[in-house]
Amino acid sequence: MSTYFHSVELEVDKCCGCTNCLKRCPTEAIRIHNGKAHILSERCIDCGECIRVCPHHAKKAHSSNLEDIKKFKYNVAIPAPSLYGQFNNLDNVNIVLTGLKAIGFNEIFEVSRAAELISEATRKLIKENKLKKPVISSACPAIVRLIKIRFPELCDNVIPLLAPIELAAKVARKEAIERTGLKPEEIGVFFISPCPAKVTEIHTPNSVEKSACNGAIGISRIYPELTKAMDRLDNVENLARSGLIGIGWATSGGESAGMLGEKYLAADGIENAIRILEELEDEHIRDVDFVELNACSGGCVGGVLTVENPYVAQARIQKLRKYLPVSMNHLNDGDLDEMMWEKELNFDADIFRLSDDIFKAMEMMDRMEKICADLPGLDCGSCGSPTCRAMAEDIVKGKAKETDCIHKLKEQIQSVYDQLKNTI
Amino acid sequence: MSNAIHLHYDVSGDDFTRAGEASGSVKKRLKSLGYNSDAIRRVAIAMYEAEINMVIHANGGYCDVDIYPDRVEILLSDSGPGIPDVDKAMQEGFSTAPDNVRNLGFGAGMGLPNIKKYTDHMKIDTTIGVGTNLYLTVNVNE
Repeated sequence: MSTYFHSVELEVDKCCGCTNCLKRCPTEAIRIHNGKAHILSERCIDCGECIRVCPHHAKKAHSSNLEDIKKFKYNVAIPAPSLYGQFNNLDNVNIVLTGLKAIGFNEIFEVSRAAELISEATRKLIKENKLKKPVISSACPAIVRLIKIRFPELCDNVIPLLAPIELAAKVARKEAIERTGLKPEEIGVFFISPCPAKVTEIHTPNSVEKSACNGAIGISRIYPELTKAMDRLDNVENLARSGLIGIGWATSGGESAGMLGEKYLAADGIENAIRILEELEDEHIRDVDFVELNACSGGCVGGVLTVENPYVAQARIQKLRKYLPVSMNHLNDGDLDEMMWEKELNFDADIFRLSDDIFKAMEMMDRMEKICADLPGLDCGSCGSPTCRAMAEDIVKGKAKETDCIHKLKEQIQSVYDQLKNTI
Repeated sequence: MSNAIHLHYDVSGDDFTRAGEASGSVKKRLKSLGYNSDAIRRVAIAMYEAEINMVIHANGGYCDVDIYPDRVEILLSDSGPGIPDVDKAMQEGFSTAPDNVRNLGFGAGMGLPNIKKYTDHMKIDTTIGVGTNLYLTVNVNE
Protein backbone atom coordinates (compact mmCIF):
# COMPACT_ATOMS: atom_id res chain seq x y z
CA MET A 1 0.00 0.00 0.00
CA SER A 2 1.28 3.46 -0.81
CA THR A 3 2.10 5.81 2.04
CA TYR A 4 -0.23 8.71 2.63
CA PHE A 5 0.77 12.16 3.69
CA HIS A 6 -1.58 13.89 6.09
CA SER A 7 -1.61 17.39 7.43
CA VAL A 8 -3.81 16.36 10.34
CA GLU A 9 -1.67 15.05 13.19
CA LEU A 10 -2.17 13.88 16.75
CA GLU A 11 -0.32 15.34 19.69
CA VAL A 12 -0.13 12.14 21.69
CA ASP A 13 0.51 13.77 25.08
CA LYS A 14 -2.67 15.82 24.88
CA CYS A 15 -4.91 12.92 23.75
CA CYS A 16 -6.83 11.39 26.64
CA GLY A 17 -8.59 8.75 24.55
CA CYS A 18 -12.08 10.25 24.73
CA THR A 19 -14.43 9.38 21.89
CA ASN A 20 -15.18 12.85 20.48
CA CYS A 21 -13.07 12.56 17.33
CA LEU A 22 -13.85 8.85 16.95
CA LYS A 23 -17.57 9.53 16.74
CA ARG A 24 -17.32 12.51 14.42
CA CYS A 25 -14.89 11.25 11.78
CA PRO A 26 -16.93 11.03 8.55
CA THR A 27 -14.84 8.23 7.06
CA GLU A 28 -14.47 6.20 10.28
CA ALA A 29 -10.73 6.77 10.07
CA ILE A 30 -10.03 6.95 13.80
CA ARG A 31 -9.56 4.15 16.32
CA ILE A 32 -8.59 4.39 19.96
CA HIS A 33 -6.00 1.92 21.20
CA ASN A 34 -4.38 1.94 24.61
CA GLY A 35 -6.08 5.20 25.47
CA LYS A 36 -4.83 7.15 22.46
CA ALA A 37 -6.43 8.03 19.13
CA HIS A 38 -4.88 6.63 15.97
CA ILE A 39 -5.64 7.86 12.47
CA LEU A 40 -6.05 5.18 9.80
CA SER A 41 -3.98 6.96 7.25
CA GLU A 42 -5.54 5.49 4.12
CA ARG A 43 -9.06 6.53 5.18
CA CYS A 44 -8.31 10.08 6.34
CA ILE A 45 -9.41 12.82 3.94
CA ASP A 46 -7.94 15.69 6.03
CA CYS A 47 -11.32 17.34 6.44
CA GLY A 48 -10.31 18.62 9.88
CA GLU A 49 -13.48 17.55 11.73
CA CYS A 50 -11.35 15.94 14.46
CA ILE A 51 -9.41 19.18 14.95
CA ARG A 52 -12.70 21.01 15.27
CA VAL A 53 -14.24 18.69 17.85
CA CYS A 54 -11.24 17.74 20.03
CA PRO A 55 -11.83 19.40 23.42
CA HIS A 56 -8.20 18.78 24.42
CA HIS A 57 -6.66 20.33 21.28
CA ALA A 58 -4.78 17.12 20.67
CA LYS A 59 -5.29 17.26 16.91
CA LYS A 60 -3.46 19.83 14.92
CA ALA A 61 -2.87 20.68 11.30
CA HIS A 62 0.61 20.70 10.00
CA SER A 63 1.24 23.77 7.84
CA SER A 64 4.16 25.95 6.75
CA ASN A 65 5.15 29.11 8.62
CA LEU A 66 6.69 32.44 7.74
CA GLU A 67 10.19 31.10 8.39
CA ASP A 68 9.79 28.81 5.37
CA ILE A 69 9.67 31.70 2.94
CA LYS A 70 13.27 32.62 3.85
CA LYS A 71 14.48 29.66 1.81
CA PHE A 72 13.54 31.51 -1.37
CA LYS A 73 14.89 34.65 -3.01
CA TYR A 74 11.47 35.88 -4.07
CA ASN A 75 8.11 35.01 -2.53
CA VAL A 76 4.55 35.22 -3.78
CA ALA A 77 1.62 34.90 -1.38
CA ILE A 78 -1.56 33.47 -2.86
CA PRO A 79 -4.26 34.29 -0.31
CA ALA A 80 -7.57 32.40 -0.18
CA PRO A 81 -10.57 34.74 -0.45
CA SER A 82 -11.74 33.40 2.94
CA LEU A 83 -8.86 35.43 4.45
CA TYR A 84 -10.77 38.65 3.70
CA GLY A 85 -13.59 37.65 6.04
CA GLN A 86 -11.31 37.44 9.09
CA PHE A 87 -11.04 41.16 9.86
CA ASN A 88 -13.44 43.49 11.62
CA ASN A 89 -14.41 46.70 9.81
CA LEU A 90 -12.38 45.89 6.72
CA ASP A 91 -13.66 47.82 3.73
CA ASN A 92 -10.78 47.38 1.32
CA VAL A 93 -9.13 44.08 0.36
CA ASN A 94 -5.96 46.01 -0.56
CA ILE A 95 -5.22 46.54 3.14
CA VAL A 96 -4.94 42.76 3.62
CA LEU A 97 -2.86 42.31 0.48
CA THR A 98 -0.48 45.17 1.34
CA GLY A 99 -0.26 43.69 4.86
CA LEU A 100 0.92 40.39 3.37
CA LYS A 101 3.71 42.28 1.60
CA ALA A 102 4.63 43.97 4.86
CA ILE A 103 5.18 40.62 6.58
CA GLY A 104 7.65 39.42 3.98
CA PHE A 105 6.08 38.58 0.65
CA ASN A 106 7.39 40.27 -2.48
CA GLU A 107 4.24 39.82 -4.46
CA ILE A 108 0.60 38.86 -4.11
CA PHE A 109 -1.61 36.86 -6.45
CA GLU A 110 -5.15 36.39 -5.20
CA VAL A 111 -6.60 32.90 -5.49
CA SER A 112 -9.92 34.58 -6.31
CA ARG A 113 -8.40 35.68 -9.65
CA ALA A 114 -7.86 32.04 -10.62
CA ALA A 115 -11.34 31.22 -9.28
CA GLU A 116 -12.86 33.62 -11.80
CA LEU A 117 -11.03 31.85 -14.61
CA ILE A 118 -12.27 28.47 -13.33
CA SER A 119 -15.83 29.80 -13.19
CA GLU A 120 -15.60 30.96 -16.79
CA ALA A 121 -14.00 27.69 -17.92
CA THR A 122 -16.68 25.65 -16.11
CA ARG A 123 -19.45 27.64 -17.79
CA LYS A 124 -17.80 27.13 -21.16
CA LEU A 125 -17.29 23.37 -20.74
CA ILE A 126 -20.85 22.85 -19.51
CA LYS A 127 -22.27 24.92 -22.36
CA GLU A 128 -20.26 22.90 -24.88
CA ASN A 129 -21.59 19.72 -23.26
CA LYS A 130 -18.11 18.39 -22.72
CA LEU A 131 -18.67 17.15 -19.19
CA LYS A 132 -20.55 14.31 -17.55
CA LYS A 133 -23.53 15.75 -15.72
CA PRO A 134 -24.12 16.60 -13.02
CA VAL A 135 -20.69 18.19 -12.87
CA ILE A 136 -19.14 18.07 -9.39
CA SER A 137 -16.78 20.85 -8.34
CA SER A 138 -13.14 19.87 -7.83
CA ALA A 139 -12.33 22.83 -5.58
CA CYS A 140 -12.61 21.22 -2.13
CA PRO A 141 -9.78 18.68 -1.80
CA ALA A 142 -11.45 16.87 1.11
CA ILE A 143 -14.49 16.23 -1.10
CA VAL A 144 -12.33 15.06 -4.02
CA ARG A 145 -10.52 12.61 -1.73
CA LEU A 146 -13.81 11.42 -0.30
CA ILE A 147 -15.14 10.69 -3.80
CA LYS A 148 -11.88 8.94 -4.67
CA ILE A 149 -12.19 6.49 -1.77
CA ARG A 150 -15.97 6.09 -1.40
CA PHE A 151 -17.83 6.97 -4.61
CA PRO A 152 -16.44 5.05 -7.58
CA GLU A 153 -19.33 5.93 -9.88
CA LEU A 154 -18.86 9.66 -9.33
CA CYS A 155 -15.14 9.95 -10.12
CA ASP A 156 -15.99 10.82 -13.72
CA ASN A 157 -18.36 13.59 -12.64
CA VAL A 158 -15.63 15.57 -10.92
CA ILE A 159 -14.70 18.44 -13.19
CA PRO A 160 -11.12 17.94 -14.41
CA LEU A 161 -10.24 21.61 -13.96
CA LEU A 162 -7.49 22.60 -11.55
CA ALA A 163 -8.62 23.97 -8.21
CA PRO A 164 -8.19 27.75 -7.97
CA ILE A 165 -5.14 27.41 -5.65
CA GLU A 166 -3.26 25.25 -8.12
CA LEU A 167 -4.09 27.50 -11.04
CA ALA A 168 -3.19 30.61 -9.04
CA ALA A 169 0.15 29.06 -8.03
CA LYS A 170 0.89 28.09 -11.60
CA VAL A 171 0.14 31.53 -13.03
CA ALA A 172 1.80 33.38 -10.15
CA ARG A 173 4.99 31.34 -10.54
CA LYS A 174 5.09 31.90 -14.28
CA GLU A 175 4.58 35.65 -13.89
CA ALA A 176 7.22 35.88 -11.14
CA ILE A 177 9.77 34.09 -13.31
CA GLU A 178 9.09 36.47 -16.18
CA ARG A 179 9.26 39.53 -13.95
CA THR A 180 12.37 38.66 -11.95
CA GLY A 181 14.39 36.48 -14.30
CA LEU A 182 14.99 34.13 -11.36
CA LYS A 183 15.07 30.36 -11.66
CA PRO A 184 11.85 28.50 -10.76
CA GLU A 185 13.48 26.99 -7.64
CA GLU A 186 14.39 30.46 -6.36
CA ILE A 187 10.75 31.49 -6.24
CA GLY A 188 8.52 30.51 -3.34
CA VAL A 189 4.74 30.40 -3.84
CA PHE A 190 2.78 30.08 -0.59
CA PHE A 191 -0.93 29.58 -0.20
CA ILE A 192 -2.54 31.36 2.74
CA SER A 193 -4.87 28.54 3.71
CA PRO A 194 -8.14 28.20 5.63
CA CYS A 195 -7.87 24.40 5.91
CA PRO A 196 -5.62 21.36 6.33
CA ALA A 197 -7.02 19.51 3.29
CA LYS A 198 -5.37 22.08 1.06
CA VAL A 199 -2.06 21.57 2.83
CA THR A 200 -2.33 17.88 1.93
CA GLU A 201 -3.40 18.66 -1.63
CA ILE A 202 -0.27 20.73 -2.16
CA HIS A 203 1.91 17.95 -0.78
CA THR A 204 0.26 15.09 -2.67
CA PRO A 205 -1.98 16.56 -5.37
CA ASN A 206 -4.80 14.63 -7.03
CA SER A 207 -4.80 16.80 -10.12
CA VAL A 208 -1.14 17.30 -11.05
CA GLU A 209 2.16 15.44 -10.68
CA LYS A 210 3.70 18.21 -8.62
CA SER A 211 2.02 21.28 -7.17
CA ALA A 212 3.22 24.70 -8.28
CA CYS A 213 2.79 25.75 -4.66
CA ASN A 214 5.72 25.40 -2.24
CA GLY A 215 3.59 25.28 0.86
CA ALA A 216 0.49 26.44 2.65
CA ILE A 217 0.48 28.68 5.69
CA GLY A 218 -2.59 28.46 7.93
CA ILE A 219 -4.50 31.74 8.25
CA SER A 220 -4.52 31.35 12.05
CA ARG A 221 -0.77 30.98 12.02
CA ILE A 222 0.00 34.38 10.50
CA TYR A 223 -3.05 36.19 11.82
CA PRO A 224 -1.38 38.05 14.74
CA GLU A 225 1.53 39.27 12.63
CA LEU A 226 -0.68 40.15 9.70
CA THR A 227 -3.17 42.21 11.72
CA LYS A 228 -0.31 44.11 13.35
CA ALA A 229 1.22 44.85 9.96
CA MET A 230 -2.16 45.94 8.60
CA ASP A 231 -2.54 48.43 11.45
CA ARG A 232 0.84 49.99 10.73
CA LEU A 233 0.60 50.49 6.97
CA ASP A 234 1.68 53.93 5.74
CA ASN A 235 0.21 53.56 2.31
CA VAL A 236 -2.10 50.96 0.84
CA GLU A 237 -1.09 49.59 -2.55
CA ASN A 238 -3.68 48.87 -5.19
CA LEU A 239 -3.16 45.12 -5.61
CA ALA A 240 -6.67 43.61 -5.72
CA ARG A 241 -7.67 42.26 -9.11
CA SER A 242 -10.80 40.21 -8.49
CA GLY A 243 -14.48 40.76 -8.84
CA LEU A 244 -17.42 39.52 -6.81
CA ILE A 245 -17.43 36.08 -8.43
CA GLY A 246 -13.87 35.33 -7.34
CA ILE A 247 -14.27 36.55 -3.79
CA GLY A 248 -17.62 34.76 -3.52
CA TRP A 249 -15.82 31.41 -3.71
CA ALA A 250 -14.94 31.89 -0.03
CA THR A 251 -18.42 30.85 1.04
CA SER A 252 -20.73 27.98 0.19
CA GLY A 253 -22.76 28.80 -2.89
CA GLY A 254 -20.18 31.25 -4.19
CA GLU A 255 -18.76 28.96 -6.80
CA SER A 256 -22.28 28.03 -7.90
CA ALA A 257 -23.26 31.69 -8.20
CA GLY A 258 -20.33 32.00 -10.59
CA MET A 259 -22.15 29.58 -12.90
CA LEU A 260 -24.63 32.39 -13.66
CA GLY A 261 -27.49 29.89 -13.96
CA GLU A 262 -30.12 28.26 -11.78
CA LYS A 263 -29.51 24.56 -12.24
CA TYR A 264 -27.04 24.14 -9.47
CA LEU A 265 -26.91 22.76 -5.96
CA ALA A 266 -24.54 23.83 -3.20
CA ALA A 267 -24.13 21.85 0.03
CA ASP A 268 -21.72 22.41 2.87
CA GLY A 269 -20.66 20.49 5.95
CA ILE A 270 -19.14 17.07 5.45
CA GLU A 271 -22.20 15.08 6.56
CA ASN A 272 -24.47 17.01 4.20
CA ALA A 273 -21.99 16.58 1.38
CA ILE A 274 -21.92 12.81 1.96
CA ARG A 275 -25.73 12.67 1.81
CA ILE A 276 -25.68 14.54 -1.50
CA LEU A 277 -23.02 12.22 -2.91
CA GLU A 278 -25.07 9.17 -1.90
CA GLU A 279 -28.12 10.62 -3.64
CA LEU A 280 -26.12 11.55 -6.73
CA GLU A 281 -24.78 8.02 -6.90
CA ASP A 282 -28.32 6.62 -6.71
CA GLU A 283 -29.45 9.11 -9.36
CA HIS A 284 -32.06 10.63 -7.05
CA ILE A 285 -30.88 14.13 -7.81
CA ARG A 286 -31.99 15.18 -11.26
CA ASP A 287 -32.29 18.48 -13.12
CA VAL A 288 -29.05 19.81 -11.72
CA ASP A 289 -26.07 20.65 -13.92
CA PHE A 290 -23.59 21.63 -11.29
CA VAL A 291 -22.93 20.46 -7.74
CA GLU A 292 -20.75 22.45 -5.35
CA LEU A 293 -19.73 20.61 -2.21
CA ASN A 294 -17.69 22.03 0.64
CA ALA A 295 -16.49 19.84 3.51
CA CYS A 296 -16.72 22.72 5.96
CA SER A 297 -19.95 24.33 7.16
CA GLY A 298 -20.31 27.69 5.47
CA GLY A 299 -17.69 26.79 2.86
CA CYS A 300 -13.99 27.74 3.04
CA VAL A 301 -14.70 30.42 5.67
CA GLY A 302 -15.53 27.45 7.93
CA GLY A 303 -12.07 25.89 7.58
CA VAL A 304 -10.36 24.91 10.83
CA LEU A 305 -7.37 27.16 10.15
CA THR A 306 -9.49 30.30 10.09
CA VAL A 307 -9.95 32.48 13.17
CA GLU A 308 -13.41 34.01 12.73
CA ASN A 309 -16.83 32.39 13.06
CA PRO A 310 -17.71 31.25 9.51
CA TYR A 311 -21.05 33.04 9.43
CA VAL A 312 -19.57 36.31 10.63
CA ALA A 313 -16.86 35.95 7.97
CA GLN A 314 -19.57 35.27 5.39
CA ALA A 315 -21.43 38.45 6.32
CA ARG A 316 -18.24 40.47 6.00
CA ILE A 317 -17.45 39.01 2.62
CA GLN A 318 -20.94 39.90 1.39
CA LYS A 319 -20.22 43.47 2.35
CA LEU A 320 -16.80 43.51 0.67
CA ARG A 321 -18.24 42.15 -2.57
CA LYS A 322 -20.95 44.79 -2.77
CA TYR A 323 -19.22 47.38 -4.94
CA LEU A 324 -17.01 45.05 -6.97
CA PRO A 325 -17.42 44.34 -10.67
CA VAL A 326 -18.81 40.88 -11.50
CA SER A 327 -15.53 39.45 -12.72
CA MET A 328 -12.13 41.00 -13.44
CA ASN A 329 -10.39 37.96 -14.94
CA HIS A 330 -11.20 36.40 -18.29
CA LEU A 331 -9.95 33.49 -20.34
CA ASN A 332 -7.58 34.03 -23.22
CA ASP A 333 -7.15 31.63 -26.11
CA GLY A 334 -5.23 28.57 -25.00
CA ASP A 335 -5.76 29.19 -21.27
CA LEU A 336 -8.18 26.30 -20.95
CA ASP A 337 -5.59 23.66 -21.89
CA GLU A 338 -3.38 24.94 -19.09
CA MET A 339 -6.20 24.54 -16.61
CA MET A 340 -7.01 20.86 -17.10
CA TRP A 341 -5.97 18.08 -14.70
CA GLU A 342 -2.77 16.27 -15.63
CA LYS A 343 -4.01 12.98 -14.18
CA GLU A 344 -7.31 11.10 -14.13
CA LEU A 345 -9.23 10.75 -10.89
CA ASN A 346 -9.25 7.01 -10.29
CA PHE A 347 -11.22 5.22 -7.62
CA ASP A 348 -9.07 3.76 -4.87
CA ALA A 349 -10.92 0.47 -4.33
CA ASP A 350 -8.66 -0.86 -1.58
CA ILE A 351 -9.65 1.55 1.15
CA PHE A 352 -13.02 0.23 2.25
CA ARG A 353 -13.23 -3.29 0.89
CA LEU A 354 -12.70 -6.20 3.24
CA SER A 355 -10.53 -8.20 0.85
CA ASP A 356 -9.57 -8.13 -2.82
CA ASP A 357 -10.88 -11.69 -3.06
CA ILE A 358 -14.68 -11.58 -3.21
CA PHE A 359 -15.06 -15.06 -1.69
CA LYS A 360 -12.88 -14.13 1.25
CA ALA A 361 -14.68 -10.77 1.57
CA MET A 362 -18.03 -12.59 1.68
CA GLU A 363 -16.80 -14.96 4.32
CA MET A 364 -15.57 -12.01 6.39
CA MET A 365 -18.87 -10.18 5.97
CA ASP A 366 -20.81 -13.26 7.02
CA ARG A 367 -18.78 -13.37 10.25
CA MET A 368 -19.17 -9.61 10.66
CA GLU A 369 -22.97 -9.85 10.46
CA LYS A 370 -22.99 -12.56 13.14
CA ILE A 371 -20.61 -10.66 15.44
CA CYS A 372 -22.56 -7.47 14.92
CA ALA A 373 -25.87 -9.15 15.80
CA ASP A 374 -24.32 -10.22 19.09
CA LEU A 375 -22.96 -6.78 20.05
CA PRO A 376 -25.19 -4.43 22.09
CA GLY A 377 -25.69 -1.95 19.22
CA LEU A 378 -25.07 1.10 21.40
CA ASP A 379 -22.36 2.51 19.12
CA CYS A 380 -20.79 3.95 22.26
CA GLY A 381 -17.22 3.91 21.01
CA SER A 382 -15.80 2.62 24.30
CA CYS A 383 -14.12 -0.30 22.52
CA GLY A 384 -12.11 2.14 20.41
CA SER A 385 -14.08 1.62 17.17
CA PRO A 386 -16.68 4.22 16.16
CA THR A 387 -19.68 1.88 15.91
CA CYS A 388 -20.56 -1.72 16.76
CA ARG A 389 -20.47 -2.51 13.06
CA ALA A 390 -17.02 -0.95 12.68
CA MET A 391 -15.93 -3.03 15.66
CA ALA A 392 -17.23 -6.21 14.02
CA GLU A 393 -15.20 -5.26 10.96
CA ASP A 394 -12.10 -4.67 13.10
CA ILE A 395 -12.59 -8.08 14.73
CA VAL A 396 -12.75 -9.96 11.42
CA LYS A 397 -9.69 -8.05 10.28
CA GLY A 398 -7.89 -9.22 13.41
CA LYS A 399 -7.53 -5.69 14.76
CA ALA A 400 -9.86 -5.99 17.74
CA LYS A 401 -11.33 -8.68 19.98
CA GLU A 402 -14.84 -9.13 21.27
CA THR A 403 -13.88 -8.42 24.89
CA ASP A 404 -12.78 -4.92 23.86
CA CYS A 405 -16.53 -4.27 24.15
CA ILE A 406 -17.01 -3.27 27.79
CA HIS A 407 -20.59 -4.51 27.70
CA LYS A 408 -19.54 -7.96 26.48
CA LEU A 409 -16.78 -7.99 29.06
CA LYS A 410 -19.24 -7.11 31.78
CA GLU A 411 -21.47 -10.00 30.70
CA GLN A 412 -18.56 -12.40 30.89
CA ILE A 413 -17.47 -11.17 34.31
CA GLN A 414 -21.06 -11.47 35.52
CA SER A 415 -21.26 -15.03 34.31
CA VAL A 416 -17.97 -15.94 36.05
CA TYR A 417 -19.27 -14.27 39.20
CA ASP A 418 -22.54 -16.22 39.00
CA GLN A 419 -20.69 -19.51 38.53
CA LEU A 420 -18.43 -18.79 41.48
CA LYS A 421 -21.37 -17.84 43.64
CA ASN A 422 -23.08 -21.15 42.85
CA THR A 423 -20.01 -23.18 43.75
CA ILE A 424 -19.60 -21.51 47.13
CA MET B 1 -20.23 -20.56 5.04
CA SER B 2 -23.22 -20.68 2.77
CA ASN B 3 -22.55 -19.34 -0.69
CA ALA B 4 -24.68 -16.24 -0.23
CA ILE B 5 -24.98 -13.43 2.27
CA HIS B 6 -28.60 -13.14 3.23
CA LEU B 7 -30.08 -9.86 4.41
CA HIS B 8 -33.62 -9.13 5.52
CA TYR B 9 -35.28 -5.74 5.86
CA ASP B 10 -38.74 -4.63 6.93
CA VAL B 11 -39.92 -1.66 4.90
CA SER B 12 -42.11 0.70 6.90
CA GLY B 13 -45.25 1.72 5.05
CA ASP B 14 -46.01 5.12 6.44
CA ASP B 15 -42.71 6.97 6.42
CA PHE B 16 -41.23 8.37 3.23
CA THR B 17 -38.12 9.56 4.94
CA ARG B 18 -37.20 5.98 5.77
CA ALA B 19 -37.56 4.66 2.23
CA GLY B 20 -34.07 3.99 0.97
CA GLU B 21 -32.79 2.60 4.26
CA ALA B 22 -32.70 -0.94 2.94
CA SER B 23 -31.10 -0.04 -0.38
CA GLY B 24 -28.60 2.20 1.42
CA SER B 25 -27.65 -0.60 3.76
CA VAL B 26 -27.21 -3.06 0.88
CA LYS B 27 -25.11 -0.51 -1.02
CA LYS B 28 -22.80 -0.09 1.97
CA ARG B 29 -22.31 -3.84 2.25
CA LEU B 30 -21.65 -4.29 -1.45
CA LYS B 31 -19.00 -1.59 -1.25
CA SER B 32 -17.24 -3.36 1.62
CA LEU B 33 -17.29 -6.53 -0.44
CA GLY B 34 -15.43 -4.68 -3.17
CA TYR B 35 -18.33 -5.38 -5.53
CA ASN B 36 -18.30 -4.09 -9.10
CA SER B 37 -19.34 -0.43 -8.87
CA ASP B 38 -21.72 -0.51 -11.83
CA ALA B 39 -23.58 -3.45 -10.26
CA ILE B 40 -23.74 -1.61 -6.93
CA ARG B 41 -25.26 1.42 -8.61
CA ARG B 42 -27.86 -0.68 -10.45
CA VAL B 43 -28.82 -2.56 -7.28
CA ALA B 44 -29.12 0.69 -5.32
CA ILE B 45 -31.29 2.43 -7.91
CA ALA B 46 -33.58 -0.52 -8.62
CA MET B 47 -34.02 -1.37 -4.97
CA TYR B 48 -34.72 2.22 -3.98
CA GLU B 49 -37.40 2.55 -6.67
CA ALA B 50 -38.98 -0.68 -5.49
CA GLU B 51 -38.88 0.41 -1.85
CA ILE B 52 -40.58 3.69 -2.76
CA ASN B 53 -43.22 1.73 -4.66
CA MET B 54 -43.92 -0.37 -1.60
CA VAL B 55 -44.30 2.74 0.54
CA ILE B 56 -46.53 4.61 -1.93
CA HIS B 57 -48.81 1.80 -3.04
CA ALA B 58 -48.66 -1.08 -0.59
CA ASN B 59 -48.18 0.27 2.92
CA GLY B 60 -44.75 -1.29 3.14
CA GLY B 61 -43.61 -4.89 3.25
CA TYR B 62 -40.31 -6.69 3.47
CA CYS B 63 -37.24 -7.18 1.41
CA ASP B 64 -34.90 -10.20 1.18
CA VAL B 65 -31.52 -9.80 -0.41
CA ASP B 66 -29.07 -12.56 -1.33
CA ILE B 67 -25.61 -11.48 -2.33
CA TYR B 68 -23.62 -13.97 -4.42
CA PRO B 69 -20.13 -13.35 -5.79
CA ASP B 70 -21.54 -12.86 -9.30
CA ARG B 71 -25.05 -11.53 -8.71
CA VAL B 72 -27.52 -10.02 -6.27
CA GLU B 73 -31.03 -11.48 -5.96
CA ILE B 74 -33.72 -9.37 -4.37
CA LEU B 75 -37.28 -10.15 -3.36
CA LEU B 76 -39.57 -7.28 -2.43
CA SER B 77 -42.80 -8.53 -0.99
CA ASP B 78 -45.90 -6.64 0.08
CA SER B 79 -49.49 -7.35 1.07
CA GLY B 80 -50.84 -4.36 -0.82
CA PRO B 81 -53.68 -4.04 -3.34
CA GLY B 82 -51.81 -5.76 -6.20
CA ILE B 83 -51.20 -4.35 -9.70
CA PRO B 84 -54.35 -4.60 -11.90
CA ASP B 85 -52.56 -4.21 -15.24
CA VAL B 86 -48.85 -5.04 -15.15
CA ASP B 87 -48.25 -4.12 -18.80
CA LYS B 88 -49.71 -0.68 -18.23
CA ALA B 89 -47.70 -0.22 -15.03
CA MET B 90 -44.56 -0.99 -17.02
CA GLN B 91 -45.19 1.94 -19.39
CA GLU B 92 -43.04 4.99 -18.80
CA GLY B 93 -45.04 7.83 -17.32
CA PHE B 94 -47.96 5.70 -16.17
CA SER B 95 -48.65 6.29 -12.51
CA THR B 96 -51.47 5.83 -10.02
CA ALA B 97 -49.63 7.72 -7.29
CA PRO B 98 -51.73 10.33 -5.45
CA ASP B 99 -50.97 14.05 -5.73
CA ASN B 100 -49.35 14.39 -2.31
CA VAL B 101 -46.80 11.80 -3.38
CA ARG B 102 -46.17 13.50 -6.72
CA ASN B 103 -45.58 16.78 -4.95
CA LEU B 104 -42.61 15.15 -3.26
CA GLY B 105 -41.10 14.35 -6.63
CA PHE B 106 -42.16 10.70 -6.67
CA GLY B 107 -44.83 8.98 -8.73
CA ALA B 108 -43.51 10.12 -12.12
CA GLY B 109 -44.36 6.72 -13.56
CA MET B 110 -40.73 5.76 -13.93
CA GLY B 111 -40.55 3.28 -11.03
CA LEU B 112 -41.11 -0.07 -12.72
CA PRO B 113 -39.59 0.95 -16.08
CA ASN B 114 -36.46 2.11 -14.25
CA ILE B 115 -36.29 -1.07 -12.22
CA LYS B 116 -36.44 -3.07 -15.44
CA LYS B 117 -33.79 -0.88 -17.04
CA TYR B 118 -31.30 -1.35 -14.22
CA THR B 119 -31.78 -5.06 -13.53
CA ASP B 120 -30.87 -8.13 -15.58
CA HIS B 121 -33.95 -10.05 -14.60
CA MET B 122 -37.27 -8.91 -13.25
CA LYS B 123 -40.41 -10.88 -12.42
CA ILE B 124 -43.68 -9.60 -10.97
CA ASP B 125 -46.10 -11.92 -9.17
CA THR B 126 -49.18 -9.97 -8.27
CA THR B 127 -52.67 -10.86 -7.06
CA ILE B 128 -55.41 -8.29 -6.61
CA GLY B 129 -56.23 -7.81 -2.95
CA VAL B 130 -53.43 -10.13 -1.85
CA GLY B 131 -50.17 -8.44 -2.70
CA THR B 132 -47.15 -8.28 -4.95
CA ASN B 133 -43.84 -10.11 -5.06
CA LEU B 134 -41.16 -8.48 -7.14
CA TYR B 135 -38.11 -10.61 -7.96
CA LEU B 136 -34.99 -8.85 -9.21
CA THR B 137 -31.56 -10.04 -10.25
CA VAL B 138 -28.56 -7.85 -10.96
CA ASN B 139 -25.57 -9.63 -12.50
CA VAL B 140 -22.00 -8.46 -12.23
CA ASN B 141 -20.93 -7.64 -15.76
CA GLU B 142 -17.17 -7.38 -15.66
